[in-house]
Amino acid sequence: MSSNLITTFKRPESMSDNTTHYCPGCTHGIIHRMVAESLDELGVSGRSVGVAPVGCSVLIYNYFNVDFIEAPHGRAPALATGFKRVRPDMIVFTYQGDGDLASIGMGEIVHAANRGEKFTTIFVNNAIYGMTGGQMAPTTMPNQKTTTSPGGRDTDKVGFPIRMSEMLSTLKTPSYIARVAVHTPLHAIAAKKAIKRAFQLQVENRCFSMVEVLSTCPTNWGITPEASTKWVESDMVPYYPLGLYSDPDREET
Amino acid sequence: MTKKLMKGNEAIGEAAIAAGAINYFAYPITPQSEVAEYLCWRLPEVSGVFVQGESEVAVGNMIFGAAASGKRVFTTSSSPGISLMQESISYMAGAHLPVVILNIMRGGPGLGGILPAQSDYFQATKGGGHGDYRLIVLAPASVQEAVDLTILAFDLADKYRNPVMIIGDGMIGQMMESVEFPEKYRDENNPDDFDWALTGADNRPARITKSLYLDPKKLEDNSIKLAEKYKKIVEAESRHELYHVSNDNQLLIISYGTMARICQTVIDELADEGISVGLMRPITLYPFPGAELYAEATKKNIKRVLTVEMSMGQMVEDVERYVVGKKPVDFFGRTGGIVPTPNEVKDKIRELLKPSPKAKKTKSSRKKQIKG
Repeated sequence: MSSNLITTFKRPESMSDNTTHYCPGCTHGIIHRMVAESLDELGVSGRSVGVAPVGCSVLIYNYFNVDFIEAPHGRAPALATGFKRVRPDMIVFTYQGDGDLASIGMGEIVHAANRGEKFTTIFVNNAIYGMTGGQMAPTTMPNQKTTTSPGGRDTDKVGFPIRMSEMLSTLKTPSYIARVAVHTPLHAIAAKKAIKRAFQLQVENRCFSMVEVLSTCPTNWGITPEASTKWVESDMVPYYPLGLYSDPDREET
Repeated sequence: MTKKLMKGNEAIGEAAIAAGAINYFAYPITPQSEVAEYLCWRLPEVSGVFVQGESEVAVGNMIFGAAASGKRVFTTSSSPGISLMQESISYMAGAHLPVVILNIMRGGPGLGGILPAQSDYFQATKGGGHGDYRLIVLAPASVQEAVDLTILAFDLADKYRNPVMIIGDGMIGQMMESVEFPEKYRDENNPDDFDWALTGADNRPARITKSLYLDPKKLEDNSIKLAEKYKKIVEAESRHELYHVSNDNQLLIISYGTMARICQTVIDELADEGISVGLMRPITLYPFPGAELYAEATKKNIKRVLTVEMSMGQMVEDVERYVVGKKPVDFFGRTGGIVPTPNEVKDKIRELLKPSPKAKKTKSSRKKQIKG
């Protein structure tokens, strides 16, 4: 009897009913959900403000029941700094891709982290510019083919992919920095845990927090969604090791 | 009310506090770094926010984020720094956010110099960033007026939900004059008073502060909404001051900021020689007091209109636009940090008013110069 059925897997309250525009096999939707679940579980959705990036997730505000401000390309950490400083009682997060955060917005993220701004950054690294149609990003893998590196990324000419979590964890200012992935259920469970902890630390007014999430882009990688998840494991994870890079509770070594 | 002797830059910082704007983000640049040096100790006294950003690009975006909260926020900079803020200014205008930006102008282009100039008129009044937008632009001519206009700037920003820029040449920032502040300082805005401020979607639909409209009709709608706002601003907010204007005037000077004060000396000294000159000083550069200028410039007794600027000639284009060829419009300016002396301006006026049998009444000497 249908009347006896109850829904146990619900859409998080922080998410709207809109269907996302993301391509099949893209993991933005999964990561959005983890952010929304974290806000729900911490009970802070009603006092949160998200900062949207420029890139595939520019329309993230359509999928959340949370106040949002849309930033210029790369500047989300500066907007988050401004907002959080004048409203320290609110929960502020940026959601940024790798072109946004690691290329045009490199200066903003480094200095926000170094000042110890008490907001949370969700950094989605899929090794390519998605929305503009698959150009090379600072995080594009060596020899990876993109529309602006058709012969594959030539590290002699453009250098190696930037490892943001490692770079930011060299800063002495206390922070929480973790790199996770979402290409398998096991990885997704760990990712959710890290994202929730990042927000938890903000709720406690502890430190800047960033979770780098390795993501997929089947459309611009030119492979199937299934092959994409395998490529994350075979090519990205070895170069971008998963784990905790900085934790305010960890003694400095 | 007690008078204080204060440097322009510091007085502007105090004026912002008087206006209830206690959230300040900035990056150091000469000749206005004293604003930050003053506010870094003054703001903590009033439980305000002081942040030194890593660049003007970042600072522009910090005030963008902070303004979305509904609280009063501001920044100060000088010409090259203002250029770096143009990205955020365009976004804030598109997103209908109230902020106040002070530009203590120095000589340009490029790194230019550090001495006073008025060569950012085009950038401030015509839109230095991309898109169909306008800033309200205020131009003080004294330290007291800088204080008064700073307070007004926050009111106008809130009233129209639009960025307001105060432009002063380096002299306004650097000189010391006696000033008075309001006895009662304004409290901070309460973000809950605004139906657009991001206060958290608690028992209400989420609010979005944005300038992206992928649907061209919606983007055009936003531009139309902005244009309607600018129309109201033009109708209601034009401000100017007249000096020594009478039916005896042979010539009308148009000048703003410090340059207008120098022109007052010029007018006083020429009066002693029997040459009658009046001054119209725009206080708002946008909206430009165009109708008022037309009324003054087209009076029978006015033979010529002279625009005096510390630039190679920028506001003069607006003057020509509003005088619409009814009277010859001339220009005199020095730039690069050189401030015209009263004698230079007097010489120019004497030359212009010298009877010349060749000169055609309707042709402007500026046009002749360009042609010649």
